[in-house]
Amino acid sequence: MPINWVALIVFVAFFGFVTFLGFAAAHWRRGDLDLLHEWGLAGGRFGTLITWFLLGGDVYTAYTFIAVPALAFGSGALAFFAVPYTIIVYPFVFMVFPRLWSVAKRHGYITAADFVRGRYGNKWLALAVALTGIVATMPYIALQLVGIQVVIAAMGIESTGWFGDLPLVIAFVVLAAFTYTSGLRAPAAIAIVKDLMIYITVAAVVIIVPLQLGGYAKIFGAVPPQKLILPPPPPGSLGAYSTYATLALGSALALFLYPHTITGVLSSSSRHVIRRNAALLPAYTFLLGLIALLGFIAIAAGVGDMPQYKPFFAQYKANFAVPALLLNQFPAWFVGFAFAAIGIGALVPAAIMSIAASNLWTRNIYKEFFNPSCTPKQEAQMAKWVSLIVKFGALVFVLGLSSQYAIYLQLLGGVWIIQTLPAVVLGLYTRWLNQWALLIGWAAGIVSGTWMAASVNFAAAFPLRIGGLTAPGYIAVWTLILNLIVTVVLTAIFTALGAAKPRDETAAADYV
Amino acid sequence: MSDDRNGSGRGSWAYWLLLIPFIALLWVPSYNAVEPRWHGIPFFYWYQFLWVFISSGLTAFVYFVTERK
Repeated sequence: MPINWVALIVFVAFFGFVTFLGFAAAHWRRGDLDLLHEWGLAGGRFGTLITWFLLGGDVYTAYTFIAVPALAFGSGALAFFAVPYTIIVYPFVFMVFPRLWSVAKRHGYITAADFVRGRYGNKWLALAVALTGIVATMPYIALQLVGIQVVIAAMGIESTGWFGDLPLVIAFVVLAAFTYTSGLRAPAAIAIVKDLMIYITVAAVVIIVPLQLGGYAKIFGAVPPQKLILPPPPPGSLGAYSTYATLALGSALALFLYPHTITGVLSSSSRHVIRRNAALLPAYTFLLGLIALLGFIAIAAGVGDMPQYKPFFAQYKANFAVPALLLNQFPAWFVGFAFAAIGIGALVPAAIMSIAASNLWTRNIYKEFFNPSCTPKQEAQMAKWVSLIVKFGALVFVLGLSSQYAIYLQLLGGVWIIQTLPAVVLGLYTRWLNQWALLIGWAAGIVSGTWMAASVNFAAAFPLRIGGLTAPGYIAVWTLILNLIVTVVLTAIFTALGAAKPRDETAAADYV
Repeated sequence: MSDDRNGSGRGSWAYWLLLIPFIALLWVPSYNAVEPRWHGIPFFYWYQFLWVFISSGLTAFVYFVTERK
């Protein structure tokens, strides 16, 4: 395929614009960027609207935009678990996360591990939470690169060899530079542009393409009947039903435990901002449902069988469904606009993720274990450097290894991060749980989750056998249950043995 | 101080409403069907889209009932 110059010029123009915006953001709601709280949380000054854009840009990433329709294109109805997932997550956020915001505000916490440290007075438990966050975030950043890679290839740029890696390297140098300079203000500013572009792109596709193809009845008619809804479970098994429900529940419980989403929550200016956003963020859920439908629209358009896209589908599999659909149905200038939306959609979460990971490293590992007496300026400087290292680590990972590893690790990341739920979420309500019991429960969840994932060749679902019944389900949910049982039972035992409780620096009034 | 604390204060009964989306959406067999269609869209899809609005509306309702004046 020759280089699509029109699309490429539009793409580069938008990329240039957001790069400018990223650097200019340093001056927005000005604060002292030599303080970690200013660089890494933008001073906690974001109101309802900015938080809405920031969390929207944070949660609905470039990879989402490519992978959810790819799953619909390949597997059908199962991909729609993304909709119940991103519906039920918000009542959960509404109940739980204002409490985290309040206690963090009172004590100057900037990470979940900070809270765990203060609540349980145990630096090893805090270390476990911090390491889980960093390790779960790294492959997530790498996956954002996969999103950019697909659209760059779709514009006809040879994606192999030294020259082929160049666009990706440039995109990441730009990203690294403005994150270093502006901190969290950069992705917040860019998120506004990115979200508007995504809304325009999706609206255009879900309105114009069905008109071209003869309506939604035709589109759903083109989906093979066995993929249109979930297959009924075979006898003795809960089949796709338990898979679908646990994928939705586990993903929802895990989402706001990720460092990048917690960073988004803590950067808001009040607990009311979080509560309001829990009611307003479902607008993105509606958008995500439409994005999932793009997979079906791609089936109806028949792009999978068109000879000009064959080599791309061979290389990128179903991930090429959305780029192929856009190329096939729209003029080149709009393709450039839509691809820029996807590319910029990678920059926002990648920036927030690298900031969140460096906040964890700096606060909960560097300051805790290596340099307890560091000055606020040293702390902020350390975080800025680490944000660079994290991003280049992700870049080397994607260029050096197969992106398939990033996908496997991202899946494991969800299983790992959910194991911090007892310490973080239950910790917001009670101090009853013993700190060592939490740490052992966490370890049990991590080890069993990794084993389960490996045993099913890194699929998301594990067929759990309960008596004569098979319940295939999301590994994160099964292992969270194990984690909770271990934590509660050991807490009861340790308490009965008279285990000491370190001082809790928080008080009940700090949470409301 | 305590109006919007869970379990006590004004309107705290309303928090129970937030369980409804969980029940409706995690009970998958209740909506895994093609019929009735709506403008050619199978039930499975339009029903879940509908819940985006119901859940958002419930959350907004609970917000207004429990928010301190």
